[in-house]
Amino acid sequence: MHVPDGFLNAPVSVATGVVAASAVAVSLRGARRELNERTAPLAGLVAAFVFAVQMLNFPVAAGTSGHLLGGTLAAVLVGPCTGVLCMAVVLLMQGLLFADGGLTALGTNVTLMGVVTVVVGYGLFRVLLGVLPGGRRAVSVATFVSALVSVPVAAIGFTGLYALGGTEDVSLGRVFTAMVGVHLLIGIGEAVITTVTVGAVLAVRPDLVRGASAAVRRPLEIRGGAVPGPRPEPAEPAAPAAAPAGPAPARSLRPVWLSGLAVAVVLAAFVSFYASAEPDGLNRVANDEGISAAERESDVADSPLADYGVRDVDNERLSTGLAGAAGVAVTLGLGSAVFFAVRRRRPTDGPTRAVQAGHEGAAASAGGHA
Amino acid sequence: MPDHGGHAQRLYRPGDTPVHRLPAHCKLIAVFSFVLIAVATPREAVWAFGLYAALLAGVAALARLPAGFVLRRMLIEVPFVAFALLLPFIAEGEQVRVLGLSLSESGLWGAWNILAKGTLGVAASVLLAATTELRAVLLGLQRLRLPPLLVQIASFMLRYADVISDELRRMRIARESRGFRARGPAQWGVLAKTAGALFIRAYERGERVHLAMLSRGYAGTMPVIDHLTASRAQWAGAVALPAAALAVCVLGWSL
Repeated sequence: MHVPDGFLNAPVSVATGVVAASAVAVSLRGARRELNERTAPLAGLVAAFVFAVQMLNFPVAAGTSGHLLGGTLAAVLVGPCTGVLCMAVVLLMQGLLFADGGLTALGTNVTLMGVVTVVVGYGLFRVLLGVLPGGRRAVSVATFVSALVSVPVAAIGFTGLYALGGTEDVSLGRVFTAMVGVHLLIGIGEAVITTVTVGAVLAVRPDLVRGASAAVRRPLEIRGGAVPGPRPEPAEPAAPAAAPAGPAPARSLRPVWLSGLAVAVVLAAFVSFYASAEPDGLNRVANDEGISAAERESDVADSPLADYGVRDVDNERLSTGLAGAAGVAVTLGLGSAVFFAVRRRRPTDGPTRAVQAGHEGAAASAGGHA
Repeated sequence: MPDHGGHAQRLYRPGDTPVHRLPAHCKLIAVFSFVLIAVATPREAVWAFGLYAALLAGVAALARLPAGFVLRRMLIEVPFVAFALLLPFIAEGEQVRVLGLSLSESGLWGAWNILAKGTLGVAASVLLAATTELRAVLLGLQRLRLPPLLVQIASFMLRYADVISDELRRMRIARESRGFRARGPAQWGVLAKTAGALFIRAYERGERVHLAMLSRGYAGTMPVIDHLTASRAQWAGAVALPAAALAVCVLGWSL
């Protein structure tokens, strides 16, 4: 999936370069928090691991084989910021030294394979871990789904970039079908391998699986002393009753949430400038195939955001940007409402989960030392 | 660099030519601007890409790199060549008949565009890696103000890539000496456990490396021993390639 030089036009290459650079800048700060002052050697060794594991071939059938992309794996194992850094360094070295992926497409490659797979994979992983009951099985399911989804999402991201700045005259529908179809298959392989790999690490050194530390870590147990209370939920906003007993403070999701919001607003408000210049692929397919003759004006055509523009704002680009930002706000509101509605039902099964996690953690460490 | 075994030696080809002697940051700038200019050239100016290829061939000759070595290293582009060859069949627009096949005209241009620009980019990177030591590339990146932490991560990655790959190789030998053969998805479990074991070994090695560095006085930054400097003549030598390319590019747009 390494994009070569000359595949996307200059504005898109520059824009993805800016996105990649800012993501790396954010990750440089975050990685210090994830790894303390051990950042350089550990992230370097993990990057070497990602580099090596991409050379591990998995036979599919009849002589063909695939390899791991590693974005979700790195994010789950060492955390999202270190994951982004490792992927960016691997891609930089591949582009500079191995001529794998174009130098002018470096920003695109880092954005798609480093940032998108890591952010989508890790975000989904955390959300699923919060929703599913704890334990190693939950970690497995969350890893599987997030790895499975992250690869096609990167392919969709590629299709989006292609729609903005593709230099070839291939219809968007075909690019989308081909990219997403192929990467769904790749995603299945990635998901299976990532899940088993994380499971193997979890069985021996559960403390090294950073993403799952809250789900499988055994609470500190003082034999004969006071029995520690149930662990707080990782996503719980530190309920006063549960907070003192927890061995690890509940990690706030606010940074994740805020950065996601910022990216969404930026994309909606600024990237839509370019997106809206021409009819999108679906509209074009509709025009070409004569579907649009049967198209009816939508019922909400009179709404203030009709056709992705804000009425009474003359500047077309500004209007589109505002509409995009408003759309993000509405989506966010709905999404948050659903999220809070789902989450409100969870706290009742806390104690049983803590017990279960404890048992599994004990089994894992016993297996590891055997 | 005696400790750069394995694939590192296959990348770098030692020599003492004007190209080898140029400071790394000059070469990085030159390669990057060359690729940028090549990508910005209109695809209809077919002759311009011939001139770019001639420029790169000139650099390869100056660096005394055998053509076979460069071409073998360029095999990495095979996947996107395959995609480019597919383009004329799937692209839309006006169809032209070539050798009895109905091909899309814009698809042919698209294929040419990817082949020409992608190949030039690959060739430029190959020339850079073949004439610059890994350590020099890292120093050059640092000189070009890449964040120091990123340079450190990259240098650890490059230094230990061989070690980690060797661990992978030893595990493969161990598996195969016990009769294991990977035939299909049924064997993925074993391979994924290999990856898991490799991660644990890599991570624990990272911890040991960090402790070893601390005991030698590491305080968060690596000491920079050799400062890269470039004389005016060296800059002129490095800029010659992109300057010539720029002239070709301007011609390509104006003609």
